[in-house]
Amino acid sequence: MRDRALLSHLGLVAVLMAAHWMLPAYHHDAVAKVLVLSVYAMGYNIAFGYTGMLSLGHALFFAAGLYGAAMPLTLWGWTGGPALAAGLVAATVLAAAVGLLALRTRGVSFMIVTLMFAQAGYLTILYLGRWTRGDEGIVIAQPLRRIMGLDLSDGATRYLAALLLFVLGLLACLHLVRSPFGRVMVAMRENEERARMLGYNPFTVKLAALTLSGLYSGAAGAAYALMFGYAGASLAGVQYSILPMLWVLLGGAGTVAGPFLGCLLMFYLIDYASVITSATLLVVGVALVALVLFAPKGALGALRDRLGKEGRAWLP
Amino acid sequence: MAAVTLLEARGLTRHFGGLKAVDGVDLDLARGEIHALIGPNGAGKTTFVSLLSGRTPAQSGTVRFEGRDITRLPAHARVRQGIAYTFQITQVFANLTTFDNVALAVQGRGVSKRLVRETSAALERVGLADCADEVAGTLSYGHQRLLEIAMGLALNPRLLILDEPTQGLAIGEIENFKRLIEGLVPERTVLLIEHNMDVVMDLAHRITVLNFGQVLSTGTPEEIRANAAVQAAYLGGQA
Repeated sequence: MRDRALLSHLGLVAVLMAAHWMLPAYHHDAVAKVLVLSVYAMGYNIAFGYTGMLSLGHALFFAAGLYGAAMPLTLWGWTGGPALAAGLVAATVLAAAVGLLALRTRGVSFMIVTLMFAQAGYLTILYLGRWTRGDEGIVIAQPLRRIMGLDLSDGATRYLAALLLFVLGLLACLHLVRSPFGRVMVAMRENEERARMLGYNPFTVKLAALTLSGLYSGAAGAAYALMFGYAGASLAGVQYSILPMLWVLLGGAGTVAGPFLGCLLMFYLIDYASVITSATLLVVGVALVALVLFAPKGALGALRDRLGKEGRAWLP
Repeated sequence: MAAVTLLEARGLTRHFGGLKAVDGVDLDLARGEIHALIGPNGAGKTTFVSLLSGRTPAQSGTVRFEGRDITRLPAHARVRQGIAYTFQITQVFANLTTFDNVALAVQGRGVSKRLVRETSAALERVGLADCADEVAGTLSYGHQRLLEIAMGLALNPRLLILDEPTQGLAIGEIENFKRLIEGLVPERTVLLIEHNMDVVMDLAHRITVLNFGQVLSTGTPEEIRANAAVQAAYLGGQA
């Protein structure tokens, strides 16, 4: 059997592997960062793109991964592996707890409730400045940023570690969305009431999807702390809840590779715009207006629609 | 008597403000029958079956299914107990393929290994096998109605509630639909809300007439046809 979706995504992985040897240092580092942030975007996409939960509070889960790894490393002398695991657990548990409460609401109320939880988390980080170092943030010294003997502060190692995390996330997501549970997630997005009358409890399905989304966000946050050596309150602010939504919308909500593409495009858009002007957010705004007008389903969503049946086979 | 009764509703009531949409309705469904629910527009038919399926909570009264009290059970749990509901206004997943629509119903029963085979069989049964890869929203209206019924059947229900299933179907499609429904009993029980009197008189073993949220009469098609009160309230109004 020819699995076209697996082929197209392995093709993307091959391109990213080749990029490891071909990219100049600046872009090499940039793409490593994009790969880690893409994992965060993939997590957001599971909740928003596939299950239809528009959250404005995902920075809480990203930050839980970030601080969940950074604080054990710097305060309690943990090593890289356990710290990474702590970040994952912190974000996953937090996402499940937020879900238990926030999923009693839907639509605009859900957006507001998740936003409030994230703001509460942000303010908590500032309040506990003695341990979190608040706005200034925690800088993780180079010797601590090691995992299984690998020095993650080294550019080449970091790129490969980021790629490994990305590939795990990408293939797991591809498997998820093509599994029976993935079909139920999409059913919730498309018509919750109809899905309920097929015997699915919307609450438990959405809670599971949000928890998984939290796991992805936490993995990205914890990896970010280890690879880039910094955990600060600015990464828990509201803009870090909005960013994954923009990445996902730009690349294509409800496509497996869309979050990466959107994150990459947005990064370089801001990067090039900052050469010309300091008003980079204006450029981002114009890009988003253009997106809504001309390709509301994002880059890969538009491509998939154009290709019809073939599109659905190559780009789930 | 208990062994032949599949579902038993007693005193079901649902008011919306001052409107007594369903007002103390009793209904018994015998195992393996086709039971039609008729009545003028606004008689409370859809609200009543919503109380049976759990989409709307009852304000008072009880529903027993297979002898168990299910009055407090949420809708998705009632589906798992074997009560399937097909929507009056077609509500297929328009952006998913026909196959995925039916697969959602099949996999919910815990089928995993034989998912593809059982889904294909369910599509075959209503004659939609050729459309498996089509996006459901692009199907003709008649095919979407059939898909809706295929999803209900794929749940393998003991009670299938059909809310105006022939609405908008062509005459040839209605004949096929009648044969499909006749083939379901006596293994399954069918509760049918229907405005098309030919379909009702041909299919139903028993008929319950609702009017202003209350049961006007229950009986065989012959009895209902002969009932003066029903004629006045409903059949007479149409003639």
